[in-house]
Amino acid sequence: MAQQPFIARGFRARSARMVDAPRLPPGQYETNDFPVLSAGPTPRTPLSKWDFTIRDADGRSARWSWDDFQALPRDTPVVDIHCVTKWSKFGTKWEGVSVDTLLAAAASHGVGAGAFVVAFCDGGYTTNLPMSDVTGGKAWVAFGYDGAALPPEHGGPARLLVPHLYFWKSAKWVRGLQLVPTDSPGFWEQLGYHNRGDPWREQRYHGDP
Amino acid sequence: MAIPDATAGRLEWRVATVVDVRDETPRARTLVLDVPQWPGHRPGQHVDVRLVAEDGYQAQRSYSIASPPEDRGVALTVERLDDGEVSPYLVGELRRGDGLEIRGPIGGYFVWDVALGGPLLLVAGGSGIVPLMAMLRRHARADASARAAVPVRLLYSARTPADVIYAAELERLADPPAVEVVLTFTREAPVTWTGYRRRIDRAMLEAVIWPPSAEPHAYVCGPTVFVESVASLLVELGHAASRVRTERFGATG
Repeated sequence: MAQQPFIARGFRARSARMVDAPRLPPGQYETNDFPVLSAGPTPRTPLSKWDFTIRDADGRSARWSWDDFQALPRDTPVVDIHCVTKWSKFGTKWEGVSVDTLLAAAASHGVGAGAFVVAFCDGGYTTNLPMSDVTGGKAWVAFGYDGAALPPEHGGPARLLVPHLYFWKSAKWVRGLQLVPTDSPGFWEQLGYHNRGDPWREQRYHGDP
Repeated sequence: MAIPDATAGRLEWRVATVVDVRDETPRARTLVLDVPQWPGHRPGQHVDVRLVAEDGYQAQRSYSIASPPEDRGVALTVERLDDGEVSPYLVGELRRGDGLEIRGPIGGYFVWDVALGGPLLLVAGGSGIVPLMAMLRRHARADASARAAVPVRLLYSARTPADVIYAAELERLADPPAVEVVLTFTREAPVTWTGYRRRIDRAMLEAVIWPPSAEPHAYVCGPTVFVESVASLLVELGHAASRVRTERFGATG
């Protein structure tokens, strides 16, 4: 359905705006801040009680303590991030372990495969992703941001980082991945947000293309 | 906790008409919109607003709905951010009779309705009052028995009395002990003011809100630092994290 856009009378772009337009998905604007969005209070799990688990549908699992996790090979991705609430932030610097690394280690411990993953988190948050969105160098479990430990309000001790999707998929306070054969919607996905959340296709809400 | 809403269809962009404009404070304005085929909303939800310029440039932002579902128009209250791009247009340029593209309602977690029950604890920082006002207004329009079953307390932190959005209406709605409205001023208060004049802290929360045993439903909305602080204090005081819902207003212009 091709429609003429509705022109807002008297609205124009701010002239001072210097935006790298090709880097900005539709409907987004660039911010230099790092806004915080979460549905509830910030959980605070001490590192001594933190662990990360990958579990398959048959209940087999691999588990890392904080120290185990820190001993894994790490990456330092520099990525643009896009929040469904419209802000985008360019060139954010992270440190973390690639989900590929974690899945390979889990497989070597006998954890089976899955077509989808559900990330689970302190505070009860979940988000669902197809396996293809978290493998092939596209996703990390990040514990460092901008050269320091990831602050709790931004998801520390560790959050998922899936920068090619809207940022709610980059679950804060992540504690593990459940590998499942079929897709089932997570927290925001059950509350009207898009199941996949590709910012370049502007998949914000349920029913978006 | 989360109610699946699988029946929701596509959220279409609709051109609403501005039917009323009200200045709430020197920096905040309420726009009352007539939205064709508005599907209805729940208190606490928001809408996306899209502005398209003549040259095709577009900007989108989210704004909370201030009106309760039973009102005819959909009211948005927008605070002007001086270095913003959308809010100065909505607060300064838009007039009665203008069209405005919106889609919604959006958000299914930071919502309250009578069926959820109470007690209802609302904690607002600055323009964070807006979605909480939709809840308070919904409560005020419920029937007497529903109202009596849900006591409400609003703790609202504003910089100065001139920054209080909905001041006159809040005064009218206050009906202690059923509906209590407590203000605190963080920057400036009249000499005659006998209430709080500081940021919300643990002692203030302990004095104003219910104990955890009353199991209030808490809704906290405001700037990030405000919400982080209040939500953490509520958990420290023993309130279950699952009963504390938050909405953080980032720097959106």
